[in-house]
Amino acid sequence: MKEELFISGRDIPFIDPVLNVWHWQIPLYLFVGGLAAGLIFFASYFYLKGKEKEYPMAIKIAPLLAPIVIVLGLIALILDLRHPAYFWQLYTTIRLDSPMSWGAWTLGAIMPLSILWPLSYIQDIKNYFGDWTFKMPYKLLVWFIKMIDRYWIIKWVYELSIKFRKPIAITNLILAIILGVYTGILLSAFNARPLWNTSILGPLFLVSGLSTGAATIMWMAKDHHEKIAFSKIDLLLIAVEIFFIVHMFMGFLASSEVQQEAAALFLGGEFTAVFWGFFVTIGLVFPAILEIMELNGFKIPISIPAFFILFGGALFRFIMVDAGQITRFLY
Amino acid sequence: MRYAMTMDIKKCVGCSDCVVACQTENNVPIGFCRDWIVENVDGTYPNLELEIRSERCNHCDDTPCVRTCPTGASHVIEGGIVKVTPIECIGCGACIQACPYDARYFHPDGYVDKCTFCDHRVTKGQDTACVSVCPTKSLAFGDLDDPNSPVSILLRERKWKVNAPEAGTKPQVYFLT
Repeated sequence: MKEELFISGRDIPFIDPVLNVWHWQIPLYLFVGGLAAGLIFFASYFYLKGKEKEYPMAIKIAPLLAPIVIVLGLIALILDLRHPAYFWQLYTTIRLDSPMSWGAWTLGAIMPLSILWPLSYIQDIKNYFGDWTFKMPYKLLVWFIKMIDRYWIIKWVYELSIKFRKPIAITNLILAIILGVYTGILLSAFNARPLWNTSILGPLFLVSGLSTGAATIMWMAKDHHEKIAFSKIDLLLIAVEIFFIVHMFMGFLASSEVQQEAAALFLGGEFTAVFWGFFVTIGLVFPAILEIMELNGFKIPISIPAFFILFGGALFRFIMVDAGQITRFLY
Repeated sequence: MRYAMTMDIKKCVGCSDCVVACQTENNVPIGFCRDWIVENVDGTYPNLELEIRSERCNHCDDTPCVRTCPTGASHVIEGGIVKVTPIECIGCGACIQACPYDARYFHPDGYVDKCTFCDHRVTKGQDTACVSVCPTKSLAFGDLDDPNSPVSILLRERKWKVNAPEAGTKPQVYFLT
């Protein structure tokens, strides 16, 4: 056992005493990336299943959020770079070994497609905002629809987006899964950070992202039938997520010393309270109980479980990124 | 050609001359360094053991830093030296996260910087800055493919270890025990 370790001659902020290179930007991006993946996934999936009438919010309105949150995530990512003006270097090469390169290209592809999708439903979105007391987005959309008629290029893209809705849905479905998995793979590819270095992180982040997407749709939905449907989907996803979390810790505890020490951060270490208390209890179990009560006829405002799921999803990513940077190889 | 370094734990006194030599030779910005001294105290009192090591980038054979770099700024040059091209680096920090040895840092100018094995010196046949100043001659540098190079001879004659071999990086800085 190493009793004491002094590192002299090196005192670099962000590396000593613990590595702290990634701050709030990366977990924020991982959260909104997962959220966008969830929104796009459900819109494309239910569109392809022909459920346009049944789930109007999921297919037509909610995907409008996707490009907005992706842009937020991109801003966070660029803020994270120490050489932000050089970000275009990502698009001069494809590096199959680098998850970040995969992510950059996936984002580059899903960004325009996530705009095309709500564009094809612009009339429905306008009608949706027409009901709001706050008229700003409605007026903006009315103005934008006028622009569609005025400029042939926008009109052309608009008509294209309606004509090719099905191929866009198929592409989006695949890209959404890649985006959701990628948010986990980005971390799990780092062998040097034992907490992240587990392949279950990919599916876990995908399920967590889908769960936040379902919660958002459930929150926005007006139709009771749609609320219940997404409440059920969300419940299933939460169950899978808890299953994956248990598996992750089982894997850690059965693994090498560095991974056991990574797990110890959550099992009695400094992240125990925030992980089990705030994320698992308040961010997963509590909304799940509320949803079960809701499904059994209790009147519960849907915004409460939805909010806690989003809160839990964001917190989970912050905890993982922070805790992962503390874990390291010992020598 | 495969450059490697050996570091004799028995000779090192932890004077930090290698650190200063590197900072001077490579214009490392103030407050940063590409190599550093580790003082490792093992055991419980009174059975203590002290090990002093001069550490730097291990110029691994299997490079997680180069693998995770999304732009190709991190690359391997002739002799297995891992380098970063500043103008291609976007400063995302992926390679810093990927390194089990924490050998990389953000240069204040925004790119990632690290030990270069003094490639500007070794290609001319000179030793690296740290090796050339070491007052106890605990550091040695050379080509592993050349059986008569100082490192090849030392690795043949002495027992050695590497840092975190379980990370699977095949590090090329050897510690003579």
